[in-house]
Amino acid sequence: MKNFWDLRIKSNFSQKNLKINLVKLGQRTFLVLQYMGGLSILFSKTLFYSIKKFTRKENLLDQLNKVGTNSVLIVFLITLFTGIVLALQSAYALKKFAAEIYIPGMVALSMTRELGPVLTALIIAGRVGASMTAEIGTMTVTEQVDALETLAYDPQSYLVVPRVLAATLMFPVVVALSEAVGIVSGWITSVSLLDLSTVEFVKGLRLFYEFKDIWYGLFKSMSFGFAIALIGCIRGLHAEGGAEGVGNTTMRAVVLGAQAILVLDAFWAVVLL
Amino acid sequence: MIVFTDVYKSFGPKKVLQGFSLEVPDGQTTVVIGYSGTGKSVALKHVVGLLDPDAGTVNVDGQVVHELDRAGLVALRSTIGFVFQFAALFDSLTVRENITLGLKRQEVPQREIDERIRESLALVDMEGSEDRYPIELSGGMRKRIGIARAIALKPQYLLYDEPTSGLDPVTSAVIDRLMVRAREKLGVTGLVVTHDMNSAYTVGDRIAMLYKGAIRQVGTVEQIQRTHDPIVRQFIEGRPEGAEDAGGLNTQAVS
Repeated sequence: MKNFWDLRIKSNFSQKNLKINLVKLGQRTFLVLQYMGGLSILFSKTLFYSIKKFTRKENLLDQLNKVGTNSVLIVFLITLFTGIVLALQSAYALKKFAAEIYIPGMVALSMTRELGPVLTALIIAGRVGASMTAEIGTMTVTEQVDALETLAYDPQSYLVVPRVLAATLMFPVVVALSEAVGIVSGWITSVSLLDLSTVEFVKGLRLFYEFKDIWYGLFKSMSFGFAIALIGCIRGLHAEGGAEGVGNTTMRAVVLGAQAILVLDAFWAVVLL
Repeated sequence: MIVFTDVYKSFGPKKVLQGFSLEVPDGQTTVVIGYSGTGKSVALKHVVGLLDPDAGTVNVDGQVVHELDRAGLVALRSTIGFVFQFAALFDSLTVRENITLGLKRQEVPQREIDERIRESLALVDMEGSEDRYPIELSGGMRKRIGIARAIALKPQYLLYDEPTSGLDPVTSAVIDRLMVRAREKLGVTGLVVTHDMNSAYTVGDRIAMLYKGAIRQVGTVEQIQRTHDPIVRQFIEGRPEGAEDAGGLNTQAVS
């Protein structure tokens, strides 16, 4: 009898646990759906205001400067060393097959199709995405966003649209710079450390490097810029609590932005290749 | 006229407003008093559509706020000035730019913008601060700029959210004087939420006490001062013991 009651108690306990877990699952599903809904609304509003009502050029210029000009140095440094490493690593593998002529092509292809856009996007997701979330998040928790509303401004139009537009427009520019820096540093490395001449480098480049490789990288970088800025802004607008709340929100926005870049990268690889 | 009718508002399981009804007559300043965290600011935010009620209505000049479309809300907000608890000035903008922002939205000509900035800063005794950033100002100065930003819009209504909280008594008295001056010079209808009784007596024509989500008592300053309601008496006298156990009050802030 004792065992029977034990079993019953355990069974009740597990039923209770199951109910609690189901409720939690339901709540989380609701939150995810609510978040996706919010993202969709913000996405459509951003598009609407971008096309129909966007008039705040000074905000856009300010954001273009923040996303673009202020990112140049860090992107330059990182892709400079990436180009050097790419050339040396390619040489390490290709020398075994006496195929050094393919080094330029590998450097250029890697930089334009993958490393340039993705590496740059990840850097800017950390730098610009975090800055957008922290700035808008602080404005939210200090009631500055509410103040904007009471002054009859729409926060989407005033805060989100210039940032999303700036990121979408400036990402390809910064990525183009990163690709150029990576290829040039790969060329300098090849000429100075790998016994390739400039003529051989250019010849190798032409072997399997096409124009479409450039626009492929630039096109997907636009989608990265759009996603990073949109995620950063929506997270910022939903920030809660004080400094700790803004810090947590910023961290989540950066992580989500990095994930979005990798998912979009895989998506474009499937669709465009 | 602003009319709250049977307004209910909850945040998750926390019930904040529970049948809140109040009329704010034109040309007067109505002060809503009550314990911290009882939803005074929440009530105020319903007037400008920052929050929508779960039930009931907030009516401004015959318009139900939560039923307005975006254009209607923009039009309504252009008639209301809102002074936030911590001023909510835009950090990245100077005092001049903070005041200009709302005026530009109303498409006020630049010459008139300059004039209104000068007038509103003079009204709050902050002339010469046009090019300073909020970070360079003290708490009291920020609140004054917050008031200047609101009155520069020449609003029909002015809403003040805890205008004297966190200020020393002298600065509080200065802010009270500014609110009285704003009403006298501009003839605006005021709605003030505060738990500072000195401020309530100075700026208010009428005082309403919010208690447990609804209005406990409303009347002129004299009527409130002479009230026999134990809850209101305890609050206006600031006694820890009385009809309401102050130690047991839910003081968790709701904003």
